[in-house]
Amino acid sequence: MELSLLNAFIAVFIAIAFVGANAAYLVWWERKGAGFFQRRPGPTENGPWGLLQPPLDGIKLMTKQLLIPGGVDKAIFMVAPVLAMFPALVSFVTIPFSSSIQAHTIEVGVLLIFAFAALGSMSLLVAGWSSRNKYAMISSIRAVSQTVAYEIPLLITTITVVLIAGSLELSEIAAAQMGGIWNWYIWPFQKSAGFNIFMPISFMIMFICSVAETNRAPFDLGEAESELVAGFHTEYSSMGFGLFFMGEYANIVIGACLITILFLGGWACPFGDLGFFPFTHHVGWFLLKLYLIIFVFVWIRWTFPRTTIYGLLNLSWQYMIPLSLFNLLLTAALIKVFA
Amino acid sequence: MSAELVLSGVLFFGLVVLLPLIMLATAFLGPRAQSAAKNEPYESGIKPMVGRADQKFSVKFYLLAILFLIFDIETVFMLPWAVSLRELGLSGFIEMSVFILLLFTGLIYVLSKGVLNWR
Repeated sequence: MELSLLNAFIAVFIAIAFVGANAAYLVWWERKGAGFFQRRPGPTENGPWGLLQPPLDGIKLMTKQLLIPGGVDKAIFMVAPVLAMFPALVSFVTIPFSSSIQAHTIEVGVLLIFAFAALGSMSLLVAGWSSRNKYAMISSIRAVSQTVAYEIPLLITTITVVLIAGSLELSEIAAAQMGGIWNWYIWPFQKSAGFNIFMPISFMIMFICSVAETNRAPFDLGEAESELVAGFHTEYSSMGFGLFFMGEYANIVIGACLITILFLGGWACPFGDLGFFPFTHHVGWFLLKLYLIIFVFVWIRWTFPRTTIYGLLNLSWQYMIPLSLFNLLLTAALIKVFA
Repeated sequence: MSAELVLSGVLFFGLVVLLPLIMLATAFLGPRAQSAAKNEPYESGIKPMVGRADQKFSVKFYLLAILFLIFDIETVFMLPWAVSLRELGLSGFIEMSVFILLLFTGLIYVLSKGVLNWR
């Protein structure tokens, strides 16, 4: 396949613009959601329903002082925020929004996303280490051990889905779930894998792991503001902080996209190919599922209290990893029996 | 030129130039005042008196990092197996079952040794 330079520019530009717009407006959505769950209006002052809040926040952050405290490892300190935003933007190139809307088809899309997710936890470590602040240091140790612990069950669960779909390409995994809600991988009945009772449990593992991977409440031990001033980005001001913030929300979008594609059928219409229904297999379905999952993320954050770091790590190593390994083995056995 | 090369080139150019440019713009737009208080590590307004940034931390985190390396590399072995399971036949399944059971036994050994026993 040949790809012209112009096409590549357009594809990359749209991917970056989508992430940027989403990261900015998810902050607004999060604050509105927080207001909704706590019975207050949320942002209302700037624009209708506070819709101008994100761009104005951006301008404010841009015009604040980029403070580099003394004793800080300058080069690494400045690289860390860029490193936080970078992997999320790269991952978006492989995400298929519908059968035709995808910046680029990569045969090992799943592998690429996980490779760059690992780079994201690198930025947490580097930020905390270079800050020369003991709270930032403790926070980065916590955050890295947490993202690292939850990456394993996340990867094993993804491999379970890859087993059923037989492909590492995200658009092929989504295409394998076409033809109605009963074909989605969240349900126990699978065309190619018989009756796999553990599929809903896999979905739950995937969901909990993506909440933990993105360092969000109730698993935001890295940013526990009652213990560790502001976590690994304590020393960051203006756009350094802004990039960390944007990166966090961009990672949420990536996580929700992965869940949508792996378990909820991507752009598949839940009613199947009914003929008279106009929008079957449309990008609208993908976005609907995506924002529904993001809404659940916000809902969870403002509903549950924070866990402890030990309980969090034990949950992954003692329950999630054995359970996901068992599920992988079971799925492989079922495929062997039924195929 | 292959499609992958063009795309990754454009992507790299876009990101390696764009993101640092945002940082540079802030450094240029914002004020540049410096003072002794601004140079100190921020601890919610209290002067840092106890502890240093390069203090010791629990060795458990180091153990967890090594455990992660083992498990992460072994899950990477599973990826190509997962794609081609249907062509591999029964032997492919049995071999990977042995592998996963070994991994599982290792996890049980590590847990019984008390790596996650935080006290």
